[in-house]
Amino acid sequence: MADVAFTPDQAAGRPARTLAGPVGARPKSRITAKRVMIYGALGLVSLYWLLPLWVMVMTSLKGMPEIRMGNIFAPPVEVTFQPWVKAWAEACTGLNCDGLSRGFWNSVAIVVPSTVLSIAVASVNGYALVNWKFKGSEVFFTILIFGAFIPYQVMIYPIVVILREIGLMGSVWGLVLVHTVFGMPIITLLFRNYFASLPEELFKAARVDGAGFWGIFLRVLVPMSLPIFAVAMILQITGIWNDFLFGVIYTKPDTYPMTVQLNNIVNSTQGVKEYNVNMAATLITGLVPLSIYLISGKLFVRGIAAGAVKG
Amino acid sequence: MSTRRPSSLLRNPMAKLAAVPMVVTATVVFIGCSLWTVVYSFTDSKLLPRANFDGFAQYDRLWSSSRWIASVENLAIYGILTLLLSLTLGFVFAALLDQKIRGENVFRSIILYPYALSFIVTGLVWQWILNPDLGIQGMVRAAGWESFAFDPLNSPGLVMVALLMAGLWQGTGLVTVIMLAGLRGVDEDIWKASRVDGIPAWKTYLLVVVPILRPVFVTSVVLIGAGIVKLYDLVVALTGGGPGNASEVPAKYVYDYMFANQNLGQGFAASTMMLLAVLVIVIPWAVLEFGGKRRG
Repeated sequence: MADVAFTPDQAAGRPARTLAGPVGARPKSRITAKRVMIYGALGLVSLYWLLPLWVMVMTSLKGMPEIRMGNIFAPPVEVTFQPWVKAWAEACTGLNCDGLSRGFWNSVAIVVPSTVLSIAVASVNGYALVNWKFKGSEVFFTILIFGAFIPYQVMIYPIVVILREIGLMGSVWGLVLVHTVFGMPIITLLFRNYFASLPEELFKAARVDGAGFWGIFLRVLVPMSLPIFAVAMILQITGIWNDFLFGVIYTKPDTYPMTVQLNNIVNSTQGVKEYNVNMAATLITGLVPLSIYLISGKLFVRGIAAGAVKG
Repeated sequence: MSTRRPSSLLRNPMAKLAAVPMVVTATVVFIGCSLWTVVYSFTDSKLLPRANFDGFAQYDRLWSSSRWIASVENLAIYGILTLLLSLTLGFVFAALLDQKIRGENVFRSIILYPYALSFIVTGLVWQWILNPDLGIQGMVRAAGWESFAFDPLNSPGLVMVALLMAGLWQGTGLVTVIMLAGLRGVDEDIWKASRVDGIPAWKTYLLVVVPILRPVFVTSVVLIGAGIVKLYDLVVALTGGGPGNASEVPAKYVYDYMFANQNLGQGFAASTMMLLAVLVIVIPWAVLEFGGKRRG
């Protein structure tokens, strides 16, 4: 093979066409081996990453006898939705036996006002920080950002005292307040950075036209900031839905959010463990943030990136 | 800026009203509540906070508690391994995804989806997969390898492996996405130059790309670090701190002493130690990152 330095044209006795571009077989084999390795590695990684989801779904569709016999990775021989029904409507936590549905509706009742309130407060706040600076505003903002690094454990008890004083301890509204406070650093940062990236002329023109603090915000800035509101919503809904620590501290068993109730159902030591019901309950709890993640796609990633952006 | 707008308390009252929640959060919650806890960590509060000062007694008790020492050690092991592994894995995954592959979005979605889940969900799934009788161990044994043993949830020496498996499953996607965004910002010419010089790709990554991505690494370290300090939900759901004290962590110590053992003083002292640890890490980082940047 070494002496075949000819192009096909030369081999056929024709003069070489020097400008005809690359000739000969494409150097395929080397690239393919590398590609195979890359796809192989990514395939293995995906397998590990998908495994828990697979196990969760499969276990939740099996009956207990089949689970005791066998292989947790195998698909069900006989598909049953009974575990889902039981997890949703009958599973017991302590005295209540009305299933995870209670926690689900509690979580909805917590997430909706928390998300609305925290975004309303933080967006106005970010706007004030960019366009209506006052003496000390940057100082408070810096404290707010550094506050995000303080471990929650340092502040949880004094907040219990405060909530008791104002009569909100154990209620959903107390928890809403806590989520609004602890969501403030990141959401304020998000809006501040976004509003700062808008041209200042916009703000000035609106002022010249006689618009005031709220007029500029509501009629000029909000309509053009819808994507960032969506990012903030995704961030807050998933974050608050997934919270466990604040839920377990600031609410009572009757108002426990879904994550707390789920943990109580699965990790309760009484009775026979029903793994299929447990996995159905786990899956149901994960379904809300998971659907938000799958539907929102790029915006979710943008929310994460916003969390990664430094002030 | 500020000279143009001479500020008085009455100027722009709406802007100040809008900033009230931020001011209250910053001063009352972040500063006020933290100081309150630090002050009360020097008292002998039990069921209720009492201003009966007791010097460093709570701290003496804390550091002679075997459970607290185990908690700190566990968190240190978990923290160091999580940091190393998620940076390494995140970078490798990002580099793999950056090879102009087909279906990049699918792979990225698969690696990132656990990040959307609650730590409780993550902990419970892995608890089930690692179940000694019906999970991986039971399955391998049923397949014929009778002596196979992998039961991290019931072996004190291995339980941190279980936490790492679950924690990395949940958190590596975030690092991957951040690293991938960083890699996309690397100048294409660097790759051309290194190919012309015949430098192998791994060497280019290690010696050229990693140093360029320093800010991305710093961001990742901060995010991973913040997650490590918070480690609580995952432990509650996956191991409950056991077996024995083998997977206890400081955040759980604080919660248990404040809300279950009715020993507030211990909880305050432990949480003050957590605050101190964070300050020791955050202050030098803040000085390095922001200290030099404030030119004007």
